[in-house]
Amino acid sequence: MKSAVVVFPGSNCDRDCAVAIERSTGSKVEMVWHAESELPDGLDMIVLPGGFSYGDYLRCGAMASLSPVMGAVKAAAERGVAVVGICNGFQVLCEAGMLPGALLRNAGLKYVCKQVALDVVNGQTRFTSGYDEQREAVMTVGNGEGNFFADEPTLDRLEGEGHVLFRYKDNPNGSARGIAGIVNDAGNVLGLMPHPDRAFEADLGSADGAILFQSVAAAA
Amino acid sequence: MSAPHLSSGQKTMAELAAEYGLKPDEYAVVVDRLGREPNQVELGIFSVMWSEHCSYKSSKKHLGKFPTTGPKVICGPGENAGVIDIGDGQACIFKMESHNHPSYIEPYQGAATGVGGIMRDVFTMGARPIALLNALRFGDPNHPKTRRLVEGVVAGIGGYGNCVGVPTVGGETNFHRGYDGNILVNAMCVGLADADKIFYSAAPAPGLPVVYFGSKTGRDGIHGATMASAEFDEGSDEKRPTVQVGDPFAEKLLIEATLELMATGAVAAIQDMGAAGLTSSSVEMAGKGGVGIELDLDAVPQRETGMSAYEMMLSESQERMLAILKPGREHEGERIFKKWGLDAATIGHTTDTGRMVLKHKGAVVADVPLAPLFDDAPLYDRPWTEPVKPEPLAPLPEPDDWRAVLLKLLAAPDVASKRWLWEQYDRHVMADTLADSATAADAGIVRVHGTKKALAVTSDVTPRYVAADPFEGGKQAVAEAWRNLTSVGADPIAITDNLNFGNPERPEIMGQIVRAIDGMAQACRALDFPVVSGNVSLYNETSGVGIPPTPTVGAVGLLPDSSKRAGYGKLQPGHLVILIGEPGSHLGQSLYLREILGREEGPPPPVDLAVERRTGDLVRGLIQDGVVTTVHDLSDGGLLLAATEMALASNVGIAFGPDAADLPSLLGEDQARYLIAVPNPVAMEVYERAEAAGVRAEPLGMAGGCELAVIPAHGEPLFAIDLDDLRAAHEGWMPAYMAKA
Repeated sequence: MKSAVVVFPGSNCDRDCAVAIERSTGSKVEMVWHAESELPDGLDMIVLPGGFSYGDYLRCGAMASLSPVMGAVKAAAERGVAVVGICNGFQVLCEAGMLPGALLRNAGLKYVCKQVALDVVNGQTRFTSGYDEQREAVMTVGNGEGNFFADEPTLDRLEGEGHVLFRYKDNPNGSARGIAGIVNDAGNVLGLMPHPDRAFEADLGSADGAILFQSVAAAA
Repeated sequence: MSAPHLSSGQKTMAELAAEYGLKPDEYAVVVDRLGREPNQVELGIFSVMWSEHCSYKSSKKHLGKFPTTGPKVICGPGENAGVIDIGDGQACIFKMESHNHPSYIEPYQGAATGVGGIMRDVFTMGARPIALLNALRFGDPNHPKTRRLVEGVVAGIGGYGNCVGVPTVGGETNFHRGYDGNILVNAMCVGLADADKIFYSAAPAPGLPVVYFGSKTGRDGIHGATMASAEFDEGSDEKRPTVQVGDPFAEKLLIEATLELMATGAVAAIQDMGAAGLTSSSVEMAGKGGVGIELDLDAVPQRETGMSAYEMMLSESQERMLAILKPGREHEGERIFKKWGLDAATIGHTTDTGRMVLKHKGAVVADVPLAPLFDDAPLYDRPWTEPVKPEPLAPLPEPDDWRAVLLKLLAAPDVASKRWLWEQYDRHVMADTLADSATAADAGIVRVHGTKKALAVTSDVTPRYVAADPFEGGKQAVAEAWRNLTSVGADPIAITDNLNFGNPERPEIMGQIVRAIDGMAQACRALDFPVVSGNVSLYNETSGVGIPPTPTVGAVGLLPDSSKRAGYGKLQPGHLVILIGEPGSHLGQSLYLREILGREEGPPPPVDLAVERRTGDLVRGLIQDGVVTTVHDLSDGGLLLAATEMALASNVGIAFGPDAADLPSLLGEDQARYLIAVPNPVAMEVYERAEAAGVRAEPLGMAGGCELAVIPAHGEPLFAIDLDDLRAAHEGWMPAYMAKA
């Protein structure tokens, strides 16, 4: 598998993502600076990492969604390349219109960092096939704006079409219907608030995040 | 030379000096060293460089007592942070610093910039920050300001550290009415560097370019260092404009740009602009290097128009760096600053004059010799009185209702879970956190990225002990930090100290400072635990009342193999629960005495440093040899609270037998003790090794069930409390408190 991690000014999980992918799949990862307008050839996966792109001083992810590299990311997504937005990356994908909905301020109005148990709602996707019969995954969240919102018809459609991949067992931030992660209609763009990049070894409290990257690698 | 106009009406320089915090005799020295009256810019420079905050003029004489060298010390106090050797060509750089005064006035920004400032101290020396801790002391929970201060400080710490992307893995939080008017916010940062790529601040030669980079300079924080060296009074709220405003996004860019610039080899010397901003950074770089410096203030990137030389030199705008580059290397800096979108300018050069010369709008606005600024700061041998030793505590009666006692202790503000607070901190970014505030472990643990090594970090002090007996309390603060590192299996290496006290001009406060330092220094020597960096925060007083003396100890240790580490969350049914150390006996200054009986009396528990050392060495050896993995040190609340925390974290009950069935053994706070739990077959090895080490090891209880119980030899259980009830008390206090309108 060939992957790239995009680095925006203010990304702070870029290294974590690269390490997580390398340790989970044994494959190499390239780092791509946000000002690039082209991506490396032959990518199987592009990761938009967590952090506070541009300080998130405007809406979270709004500035980054307009970075030069996002044109290339959209083009790659249209060609079917797997795109994974984690935390701030999920916010960027929503702001870029690559995923429906938005991430609002947490219901508790505070940043929340904690371990979360997730239901793997749909295990039949390129991102979740490795979860197999394991219908629960443990990861951590760390966000102030992780409260997923979409209008009711959109939520119905996401659920009805199997586009909700992860759901919180105990909703930490008020997300609509406990949604933690969704894919687009084509099934190749994933956004999730929990961090698989912080859950790739038992020493970190869980290795369940590694399965996500391994699933993508298996499909590549 | 043209004198800048005085904005302060017709005041004389001597009057202005008093306003800037210089005493009349100090002002006389300024005039003597200059051979004339200073102008306003020069006066401002002298006043901040000679402030308590920058000059340590009251404490320096006594700080010299600390051991500061050792086989693992690469750089001790005097630089931006301390540097220790952690093997394999790697170094750990760390320091703790206070941001007390600003945090009281504007809690969010005060705490946020405290975190930002301490991170800069660490990456300025070439380290990537990898862990943050914070030691917080607030006033009485019932004081009308406390809740707002907690809310703001916690949000500020999280808002800054989370954005920059450094995990906040530990800390401590106390509440006491003694901090009602002066909260303490002590932030610690730990970084990782290559041992052969440490950067220092001394300018190596004349004729080198001085490059400014980072955020622009504004009018925020002017005279912050002076404010931090004064007592509060009724009008302190008016000082809000002197609190700086933080921009964590700029800090993140600054870290990346600084480390990238360092990697090019273009940096000859570097210093962040912290307290007293451009003044202290330029004075220290030139002064330490024994050269001169000339700055053209028109070149300084400015956020506001019409800033005077005085304002630029005194501004404490955040996220700014000053670097002295090697000749002809400016273009490498320019490329990096452009990439990261940072303001940058060459604002001057080093000279061979030994003077600081500032130019602004075509005129020389300051021309002062560096030597007196840098190392002629007045030093005081302030008078002090020996603290009065507390009377011994008379024996206490056994409590009537043990259940009520334990539930109340667990819900006491100093004991109750601080989940409300640390869930607002990103503890996992960088994906190397092995133990944080959510983990049942006595220290935070972060892996040394890409290795099997890990660093253990902790911050400790028990202010009520120090208040009762500064010498013993000082010893105890160091010993507890050493014990906490030991409890997770780390080899303790070194400490940073953050000495928070009241007004040193009062002999009884100076007595606390002197004796606490004596005690700390003695413990550091006995435990081979040198001081490599530190910070002194004095004048923590409001209207003549000082805070409880609070010498916070931040400590770092190394786990050579992170797979051999201990915590207290994996107790299993059937484990033997063994006390390592002597049975409890000491109730003076105990949590029980304060929280249940409402008395702060008696001497604190004495620390026998030889016992401390051999007990700790035994426990650490057991962990590193893989014999023991469940360990908790005994501190506040002694055996009973340690056992309760172990049981709650593991969700397994413990039943104690007759050897731990009275008040002194359950709640005594004697030092040098650990609670461990092992499967039965392992116990023999523990006893044998303890005996060989000359340390007592006694099985006091057995794990199992879902209650914490104490069963004396004959008769009814002293108590048996369901873990769910204990958990509700422990977890309940802080969310309920913070939810009150």
